[in-house]
Amino acid sequence: MSAHSGNGSRWGLRFLGLGYVFLLLLLPLGLIFYKTFEHGLAPPIDAITSPDGLHALKLTLIMVAIAVPLNTIFGVGCALLLVRHRVRGSGVIDAIINLPFAISPIVIGLSLFLLYGTKGWFEPALAEAGIKVLFSVPGMVLASIFVSLPFVVRETVPVLQEIGTEQEQAASTLGANAWQTFWRVTLPAIRWGVAYGVVLTTARVLGEFGAVSVVSGSISGQTQTLPLFVEKQYENFNLPGAFGASVLLAVLALSTLLAMNVLKRKEDA
Amino acid sequence: MGISVEGASKSFGDFQALNDVSIEVPNGSLTALLGPSGSGKSTLLRAIAGLETLDAGRVLIDDEDVSKKPTQKREVGFVFQHYAAFKHMTVFENVGFGLKIRKWDKAKISARVHELLQLVQLDGLADRYPSQLSGGQRQRMALARALAVEPQVLLLDEPFGALDAKVRKDLRTWLRNLHEEMHVTTIFVTHDQEEAMDVAGQLVVMNEGRVEQSGSADDLYDHPANEFVMSFVGEVNRLGDGFVRPHDMDVVLDPDENTEEAMVQRIVALGFEIRVEFVLADGTEVWAQLTRAELQKLELRQGQIVYLRPGMTKSFSGDSPPDGSGASTPRGPSSGGDDAGIPAAA
Repeated sequence: MSAHSGNGSRWGLRFLGLGYVFLLLLLPLGLIFYKTFEHGLAPPIDAITSPDGLHALKLTLIMVAIAVPLNTIFGVGCALLLVRHRVRGSGVIDAIINLPFAISPIVIGLSLFLLYGTKGWFEPALAEAGIKVLFSVPGMVLASIFVSLPFVVRETVPVLQEIGTEQEQAASTLGANAWQTFWRVTLPAIRWGVAYGVVLTTARVLGEFGAVSVVSGSISGQTQTLPLFVEKQYENFNLPGAFGASVLLAVLALSTLLAMNVLKRKEDA
Repeated sequence: MGISVEGASKSFGDFQALNDVSIEVPNGSLTALLGPSGSGKSTLLRAIAGLETLDAGRVLIDDEDVSKKPTQKREVGFVFQHYAAFKHMTVFENVGFGLKIRKWDKAKISARVHELLQLVQLDGLADRYPSQLSGGQRQRMALARALAVEPQVLLLDEPFGALDAKVRKDLRTWLRNLHEEMHVTTIFVTHDQEEAMDVAGQLVVMNEGRVEQSGSADDLYDHPANEFVMSFVGEVNRLGDGFVRPHDMDVVLDPDENTEEAMVQRIVALGFEIRVEFVLADGTEVWAQLTRAELQKLELRQGQIVYLRPGMTKSFSGDSPPDGSGASTPRGPSSGGDDAGIPAAA
């Protein structure tokens, strides 16, 4: 009797869980894919291979190529500092790292405006040097770095704590200096945490809309990333173009996740 | 390559782990740092390796002051209680790590690693990962890794602490034999007095951040400097101000002027050794270690009234110098039941 009701509630829970995921995640995403290829492959491919579409793709990949390595290096270094060196004020640093998660991207975009925009703090000096930050790639890279900064730190800190310091100490007794210890012992031990952080950072930089939208001006063929391109196509009632670019974005993000899983499985085997 | 530590002190916040500790470890010896947890023995070992920096004092290896030298330049082999195996490397890569750091060429590394794996009886397992080894195998791998770089000194931090009893005994014997072959100056930390006495030639007993006494196993057992050492290196009964080892308690059936009345409370057979627990007239609980033959001769039963004749009794007055001799006196006559000299054990 009780076993039966236990079974029933377990099925109920499973149904609820799957239903939730299906309705809120899979159905909308699936619809995008369906809509994209509703009239065959040609319309979405045409939209993406248009000069503006290709430029948006290229710009998005450039952002990833700059922001992801920078945030990875910063993230691993910052995690090492927080976990291994417990410097004074590390609690404050730890809290500050989370700010980009807590603040709306649009606010981040506006704050960059205040720094680099006309009459912004840094504007006179930069103008003199001939560097244009707003409405160009540097500003967009800054916005992307800002919004995706916490991922590598957040994924690396727990694995660093988990592996402890004994392996590193063992390496030092065997003659390894700090640099050798990091490359040969610490980094291999935390690599999957870092890799997961990199995947999340990549996905965020690929998909970032709000902050980049504010600082870029979204000029077609110049400062338009794929998410901005999607919005523009949508506003212009070019639905095949919007859907095509959306699918491309989703595929890019999913393939980084897939790549990590393939690598990991290969190693575990 | 002898090791000496002079006036070492170290605090972690409010906790003083080392309080003006000095030790001498002769060249080529095998020395045990023995003490309860929190006695500072691991901190001392880690300070010798450079894994802890001392607040005061110095560490000398082969008469050279290494206090300012970073760990990687001290040429010490260190073995950790929980192995500290490099999990992403094979056994071969683990053992060869120090050699790779020293930029040996591949052929030489391979020869040296296989030589060491043979020494620690792991030669067939070179391609395994640490997760595929048993605890005992992992610790032997860690030992081979430490020995690969031919360290001046070998430091072992509770090396057998995480292993089960049988493996621990085997590894002890094995470590002793290894030391006889290699003669590298070795210090090992343990909280197990039997292990320390079994393996080491010299023991240093530590408690609350200080050295209580050092010497050979026999010295410490027969001439403990104080109550702590006496009770730490062996079993002990407290009788009034004196202490007596359970194997020095004679059990007799007829009283005389040196005996004390006691009731048999419990008889525990631990193989060859029999542990008999008594309660004295004043409520003090003591026990005696008998052999099986002795027990059979006495035919003890629970609840029986017998007489105890304590053999060598030691007492330590509060300010006796820790010269290792202590005051050894045979126990004086006792007046039996209401003995003012035997207060109830607290």
